[in-house]
Amino acid sequence: MEWLRRLLLPVDQGSEFAKHIDNMYMAIFWLSVIMFFGLMVPMCYFAWRYRFKPGRVTPHQTHNTVMEIVWTVIPLLLCVGLFFWGIIGYMQFAVGPGESMEIQITAKQWLWQFEFPDGTRAVNELHIPVNKPVHLVMTSEDVLHDFFIPDMRVKRDVIPGRYTEYWFTPTTVGEHVSTCAEYCGKGHSDMKAKVFVDTPADFAKWMETGGDEWMHHTPEEWGRIQYEQKGCQSCHNVDGTRSKGPTWKGIWGKPVKLNNGTTVIVDEAYVRESMMQPGAKVVEGFENIMPTFQGLLRENEIRGLVAYIKSLQ
Amino acid sequence: MEHTLTSGNVTADRPRPAKNYLNETTGLWSWMSTVDHKRIGIMYLGAVSFAFLLGGIFALLVRLSLLNPQHTLFGKQWVTAEMYNRFFTLHGAIMVFLFIIPSIPASLANFVLPMMLGAKDVAFPRLNLTSFYLWVAGAALAIGSMVLGAVDTGWTFYTPYSTTTDGAVGLMTLAVFILGFSSIFTGLNFIATTHKLRAPGMGWFDMPLFVWGIYATGVIQILATPVLAITMVLLLIERVFQIGIFDSRIGGDPVLFQHFFWFYSHPAVYIMILPGMAIISEIIPTFSRKTIFGYRAIAYSSVSLALLSFIVWGHHLFVAGESDLANVIFSALTFLVAIPSGVKMFNWLTTMYKGNISFETPMLYAMAFLFLFAIGGLTGIFFATLAVDIHLTDTYFVVAHFHYVMMGGTVIAFLGGLHYWWPKMTGRMYSEKWGRVACALVFIGFNMTFGSQFIMGGQGMPRRYFNYLDQFQPIHAFSTYGSWVLGSGLFLTAIYLLASLKTGPLAPDSPWGGTTMEWESSSPPVVHNFEEQPVFEHEPYDYRHRTVTHV
Amino acid sequence: MSTTTVDLHQDPHGHGGEHDPHHQHHFTTMEQQFDTSKIGMWLFLVTEVLTFGGLFAGFGLMQNKYPQEFVAAHEELKRWAGSTNTVVLLISSFTAVMAVLSARTNQGKKCAKYLWITVGFGAIFMCIKAYEYSADFAEGLFPGKFYSHHGDLIAGSHGYATFFSFYFMMTGLHGLHVLIGMGLMSWLAIRASRGEFSDKYYTPVDLVALFWHLVDMIWIYLFPLYYLIT
Repeated sequence: MEWLRRLLLPVDQGSEFAKHIDNMYMAIFWLSVIMFFGLMVPMCYFAWRYRFKPGRVTPHQTHNTVMEIVWTVIPLLLCVGLFFWGIIGYMQFAVGPGESMEIQITAKQWLWQFEFPDGTRAVNELHIPVNKPVHLVMTSEDVLHDFFIPDMRVKRDVIPGRYTEYWFTPTTVGEHVSTCAEYCGKGHSDMKAKVFVDTPADFAKWMETGGDEWMHHTPEEWGRIQYEQKGCQSCHNVDGTRSKGPTWKGIWGKPVKLNNGTTVIVDEAYVRESMMQPGAKVVEGFENIMPTFQGLLRENEIRGLVAYIKSLQ
Repeated sequence: MEHTLTSGNVTADRPRPAKNYLNETTGLWSWMSTVDHKRIGIMYLGAVSFAFLLGGIFALLVRLSLLNPQHTLFGKQWVTAEMYNRFFTLHGAIMVFLFIIPSIPASLANFVLPMMLGAKDVAFPRLNLTSFYLWVAGAALAIGSMVLGAVDTGWTFYTPYSTTTDGAVGLMTLAVFILGFSSIFTGLNFIATTHKLRAPGMGWFDMPLFVWGIYATGVIQILATPVLAITMVLLLIERVFQIGIFDSRIGGDPVLFQHFFWFYSHPAVYIMILPGMAIISEIIPTFSRKTIFGYRAIAYSSVSLALLSFIVWGHHLFVAGESDLANVIFSALTFLVAIPSGVKMFNWLTTMYKGNISFETPMLYAMAFLFLFAIGGLTGIFFATLAVDIHLTDTYFVVAHFHYVMMGGTVIAFLGGLHYWWPKMTGRMYSEKWGRVACALVFIGFNMTFGSQFIMGGQGMPRRYFNYLDQFQPIHAFSTYGSWVLGSGLFLTAIYLLASLKTGPLAPDSPWGGTTMEWESSSPPVVHNFEEQPVFEHEPYDYRHRTVTHV
Repeated sequence: MSTTTVDLHQDPHGHGGEHDPHHQHHFTTMEQQFDTSKIGMWLFLVTEVLTFGGLFAGFGLMQNKYPQEFVAAHEELKRWAGSTNTVVLLISSFTAVMAVLSARTNQGKKCAKYLWITVGFGAIFMCIKAYEYSADFAEGLFPGKFYSHHGDLIAGSHGYATFFSFYFMMTGLHGLHVLIGMGLMSWLAIRASRGEFSDKYYTPVDLVALFWHLVDMIWIYLFPLYYLIT
């Protein structure tokens, strides 16, 4: 009966949970088919067997208590059974697994933004490692949306002013589609994201490059975003004034005096070194308080920051 | 036109009275100012038919938009996403608020309910007319909102989209508010009529089951509709004053709106389906010429459905961040709905057992109802089961499910009832041949249109989608072709029914051999329904002394 | 709901004595007509209760969300005005009862007098309400986005504006009901002084009095809700 399941439900069963839902769907499907024919076969038979004949006398059957109790109680028992089966399945993902990777989803008209615990972000493209539980924490910036991955049987509303959660474990490597399932206006049907379930190796590689958001920005812009997001702005000003650290404005290509008396030209090598080993060359008049960003910044982010400083003339 | 009467009439027809409710007074004003429930019922019938036509046109436009993924006709794109969003919003809003909710109660029940009770009119005739004009005002506002800047929120007006979007949402919510009061007054009238205007000797369990169904509907109209009215007011005030109840930007909770909305709109589903079931409970015994099986069970199931309808609204919010406990409770309660619905199905089937069944158009519609409502009801089980609901909700599966209930149930029953009482209302017989052809077209077209949508939905096609993946193209096209078959069936119905007004043979008083009191009046009835006050003498659906011998 | 049963076995054609001009053709007896009207009114009152019920539910949820703001905002309301209005409406309910009683005992003039007194109490209620509203507006206590009161403790909270939105919505809707009640009673007072009501026909007085009691009862709920938050 696999062909029937493939006709009625998405071919892929991309999550641990999908098989469970599919089995339940098919069970209810067959139960419904049986009940449907249980109703229609008698109807058609009666219609044919007791078709109009002049003079046929019909019996005066008003009720039959036993029969009526039977056909009230049996469906009731069936429903009770289905109800418990349904909540057992539901509880499996209502309560999250102990350890899972949290992904923040922000929806807005009409795109999906995904953010990983380390700050890695991507738009309309979600990478997740195979066989690892994923914990989605979702909110919306404008109207209602709904995050729906048919292949994973994952669906949950995304609501402004609230956080909704969902757990699932992807099980098959490959590309899937997520759609918006709560009407959100003009672009509702175009609000799609690609969901890539990666092997652990591919996922690690993707995490290293930090997604593709940087490709949608000029290096200077990308650098400014990093300046704001990575905390640079708490010590470095870009308007020429002094803060806990020296300003970034107008320093590119110029010599600066260091606290050991030497001078260095601000170029790519110096900026890069200052991020990775901040204590190596400290500018005169400032304390050695900056933490190292070794391992926290990706190559595209470092390049962006360099380009940003370069642009601040 | 051939008069294919296959069932006999027990009493010889009296001579048709010269004056009846249609010709007693004449002129437009005599209709517009009438307080006769029969005339108001006829006016409502015309009004809701117009709404059905309008909503149907939008439905056809929705289907046509989805014929192919490029939205082209003759090689040209003819529709945009904005237009499509307006199409489905107007289709939904018109069909729900202007058509289905008033359809059976305000038109057919208005006409026959007092007559079934042996009454001369409804309890409050002037309120009845007020209700009609409120409908007209609501309809005018709704149509005005379409002209002045179409609404694109979907018929559910979910916040915060509805509080922030442009367009005439305010006008449309005002229309819904007014239509709500129209519906309340209808329900109130029927409850009071049922309580106080029963014929001498007629007790509660002597009433036709149609009256039980409409009575249960009235209870819901009274108890649920005020909440819709106040919800619409709150939405309107939120848009104008920004009070911070539904709009999340100012501290409101959009999910609260959904609770308010479904607290009405789920019971409203039963405002739609209970009258449909009520009609089926009349048609089946009449055409089986056998007493209804399990009278009390059917009556009680109507009332219990009405009461259950108030405590299941949360099943619309299973994926909307409702607490898990609430989800589990609402799931359990939702399963309970299956029981009284199932009881009715079994009773109807058992009524057919050992009957003497003929297949005029009303009976064909009743059997179509059993077929389609069985599918509509059984697919409801998928949604009651929490885990499966997660995957199916907000997809075409739910679109198909509620069309099987609302259209396959209510509209099919409405058509059945319309044919059943047409001779009584107009005094003319419609063409049985064309009636059967149209019924077949409607049945086939309906299943093509919506049956296919179960498959799309299961495969993950979300509802309210303008652009869709190419893989769904063949099924969407099939569904659209089905809508053409369905539309032509309905169009045909309109033609032969209207034609029968001129050319149809004169109808006898009781063309189907019905046993309920409305058949004791002449066709069409006199102004005060009966020439003599009918007295309750035998239980409804008593065929013991009515052997039908001639065709 | 009234459950008075009609004598169903009565001869349907006998109207029992002389024909009352108020007797509508589709009722067998005047008693049946009266009971039916009463059922209709009760059903209407049920819808009224549910309409206000929706607002009460909304208020409760918002109070739950902004407990401090709601307590602070209610201090702005004039408790003495609310209390006075409660007393005014309670007395007016009593005079409404007296009007019904007078109508039933064939005292048309007295009935008219009581109805006018009730209308007068309604007017006093509305005047006090109008005074309260204007004082609120003077302090910038407007609903929703028009709220412009200064010096709130929790700066920037939307709770104050929400409180006054509900306050104006609910008391406004209630006030509208008072006005409608006053209009209906003035009309009845005129009819009563023409001697239209008697022990045989006093349905309109009875029903409007019922409506007035509901309006009174809703205020009895509104008063502690808004003026006595703790």
